[in-house]
Amino acid sequence: MKTLQELWNSLHAALVEIGAMVRFLVRLLIVAPRALVRFSLVAEQIYNAGALSLVIIMLSGLFVGMVLGLQGFQLLQRFGSEEALGTAAAIGLVKELGPVITALLFAGRAGTALASELGLMRATDQLSAMEMMAVDPIRRVVVPRFLGGIIAMPLLAAIFSMIGIYGAQLVGVQFMGVDSGSFWSQMRSGVALVDIREGIVKSLAFGVACSLIAVYEGYYAVPTAEGVGRATTRTVVTSAVVTLFLDYLITAMFL
Amino acid sequence: MARRTSHTLNMGTGLFVLLGFAALFFLTTQTTNRGLTIGSRPHYDVTAKFDNVGDLKVGSPVSMSGVEIGRVVTIDFDLKDYKALVVMRLDSKYSKIPSDSDASIYTQGLLGGKFIGLTAGGAETYLKDKDHIDFTQSAFVLENLIGQFLASFTKSATPAPEKPK
Repeated sequence: MKTLQELWNSLHAALVEIGAMVRFLVRLLIVAPRALVRFSLVAEQIYNAGALSLVIIMLSGLFVGMVLGLQGFQLLQRFGSEEALGTAAAIGLVKELGPVITALLFAGRAGTALASELGLMRATDQLSAMEMMAVDPIRRVVVPRFLGGIIAMPLLAAIFSMIGIYGAQLVGVQFMGVDSGSFWSQMRSGVALVDIREGIVKSLAFGVACSLIAVYEGYYAVPTAEGVGRATTRTVVTSAVVTLFLDYLITAMFL
Repeated sequence: MARRTSHTLNMGTGLFVLLGFAALFFLTTQTTNRGLTIGSRPHYDVTAKFDNVGDLKVGSPVSMSGVEIGRVVTIDFDLKDYKALVVMRLDSKYSKIPSDSDASIYTQGLLGGKFIGLTAGGAETYLKDKDHIDFTQSAFVLENLIGQFLASFTKSATPAPEKPK
């Protein structure tokens, strides 16, 4: 009986959390068109979320691509079809690894920054001060960060995939001796435009999810040092789980 | 957070967005076969009927002597004579293909995808838009070949019938 009660309590808490997040999303979306008008604010957040994540995205993309090249080569060599390495690497990167790893890195690099920034603004009463000055903090602070994340994510994922393909090409063609011509031509005949579209849809969805979770956790953080820390942790954990869940969902939809 | 000067901010944002779109452009044009020129090129359509197309797909290449001259645009089933009707879109650059050329379905590599190979005939007239290729050869289907092989094997293994006296 007691465990049942506990189960209900945690379920109830989860439902409340999901409901609050969806309502927050609706609130952001209502304000979004008006916030887009002052694009300089959004641009600044594109810089924060996107341009500043560029180094980690590019480095990760390079190494993920190189590992794909190495592992793919070892596997494909057994069947004597090393030329399919280009297709394998490109499909893997564009459809799965690009969007997913970018989202996970984004949650770790930009999501935590957003959550702690908003959480500290809350803890130091900056948000309340804005409200007192009749400035809507949602419109002035939260929505530009949310939109910046959404715009930055597909671009980051595309950069990740591109660098990754060159990483795979570096290992496969330069180190392992796969023919460069068949690497690219097999890729071209093996990758369809639908695959690219799937990658873009995924990264857009992840962008919405990760940015929403980050700004939600930050905005509603408990205004203490501990609360901000917890909000940051929860941002990463929730973002990762939601990203992987959405990934499964969207993959199933595109099959 | 210290406020950056707006110049570097704009530079960084612009650079990032530019790089992102360059990457998207790279992915859509370089990793797929949808080059920018396809679609706008002048082309003409030719049809052919096959007994069996195997796993020929829309978008499979049509080649002549190994050179890609077009792509398969539609694959349909013809209910009149129960054959697969394939429409090929050929580049107008290759417009002087004899009208009695034949089309065969081949396999790329051992287990690769299927493609259509055209072999030039000897006619003086050339294929035009909406023309039909009469001579076709179906896809090579592994199961049929194994079936034929097994049939011939069992026939030779059974003892020959005794001669009537």
